[in-house]
Amino acid sequence: MCLAIPAQLVSEPNDIQMVEVDILGVRRHISTMMAPAAKKGDHVLVHAGFAIQIVDEEFAAESLEMLRSFGIKTAEDLEAEAAGFDAADAAGTLAP
Amino acid sequence: MSDILDGFRDPEVARGLVDAIHEVAKQPCTLMEVCGTHTMAIAKNGLRGLMPDTIKLLSGPGCPVCVTANADIDLAIEMARQPGVTLATFGDMMKVPGSYSSLSAEKADGRDVRVVYSPLDSLSLAEREPDRHVVFLGVGFETTAPTVALTIREAARRGLPNWSALSLHKTVPGALRALVNDPEVRVTGFILPGHVSTIIGAQPYEFLASEYGIPSVITGFEPVDVLQGVWMLATQLAEGRAEVEIAYGRGVNVEGNPTAVAAIEEAFEPCDSEWRGIGVIPGTGLALRPGFAGYDARVRMPVTPPEPREIKGCQCGDVLRGVVLPFECKLFGRGCTPEHPVGPCMVSSEGSCAAYYRYTDYGKE
Repeated sequence: MCLAIPAQLVSEPNDIQMVEVDILGVRRHISTMMAPAAKKGDHVLVHAGFAIQIVDEEFAAESLEMLRSFGIKTAEDLEAEAAGFDAADAAGTLAP
Repeated sequence: MSDILDGFRDPEVARGLVDAIHEVAKQPCTLMEVCGTHTMAIAKNGLRGLMPDTIKLLSGPGCPVCVTANADIDLAIEMARQPGVTLATFGDMMKVPGSYSSLSAEKADGRDVRVVYSPLDSLSLAEREPDRHVVFLGVGFETTAPTVALTIREAARRGLPNWSALSLHKTVPGALRALVNDPEVRVTGFILPGHVSTIIGAQPYEFLASEYGIPSVITGFEPVDVLQGVWMLATQLAEGRAEVEIAYGRGVNVEGNPTAVAAIEEAFEPCDSEWRGIGVIPGTGLALRPGFAGYDARVRMPVTPPEPREIKGCQCGDVLRGVVLPFECKLFGRGCTPEHPVGPCMVSSEGSCAAYYRYTDYGKE
């Protein structure tokens, strides 16, 4: 029920803070009363016809990069295991 | 943006996190989510099966329609039965049974019950049909409450004479306090609801850490988000820390959304509220402030529903407290299925019984 769906503003909000958004290809009119700083091009979280938050895309990209490092580390570990030596030791040896 | 969202569904990223969780979760713990959207995300993506034996994932009272008391549903139904009344609400409310009926059964019987996407749509309805009185039934936690608060303000601005709101809204932090005070409930960490926290921020949960020493993490809804939340909780437990952390920074600020909180405070004041399975929790309801009495359905339409009754054999109350798992209920999969639901946790698309029934083999014969 507390689902909020990302949408992109395709116009500037009008004088009563209504705006057209694109929600996964569907156009809808929503209110920006709760996110008064939202402007055309911004991504927002939409719940029950209201933008409740401007999505911090930069933050999202950074956190994803951080999370990807878990996967990368695991892949490296696997390679290291296959090669029969410990990746951490190798990194230490090769460090300048 | 869709690239970023795909990243939060990437199996590769998920696998790395699952490994990290197995690495860190050495001590047994019980983690509870309190959001129907988390219930569904965990079940749908099979995340329970990816957990190490040390981690037990439980669903708490996170589905707003499931925790709505029979007496409150009966009240809404009684209002819908009044001549000249149109009752408008979110689709989630329609099939949820009260003591004797549901809104969808009432609609089938000829009452004027309508589903709207946004509470603002109910204002347009009232303007289009000035001979009818439109009651908007507002249900939901802090995510939804400000949308109804702003709709009440908008009704007042337009001076709409034939519109009012029935507020069954509830607030989350007080329910968490009731849960941790319940000796039957044993939770070592909370997966906190992402979009409730978009509105209220992190501060209202601080008591979990400072008074009870329970770690909590505000968590998003993609598979990778949920795994990140679990990993951060397991890490706090392993390091002996108890803090409120945010694993959903793209959607939640520490301070929440002050505009939305101000809207809630303008339209509503805290009141006692009955939660199914838990009972009355002081201060966890939202009643319209006296200044908005002209838009309060309880004032405009005083009705007395029949005495409420509980459904025999239904353990939704225990399921909502995480004391009983859905398949441990005697009715699960036998008397109670999504096709023929008995309790609200099987009716609601976000109910934990519906999630278990749809996505797992537990309790099926």
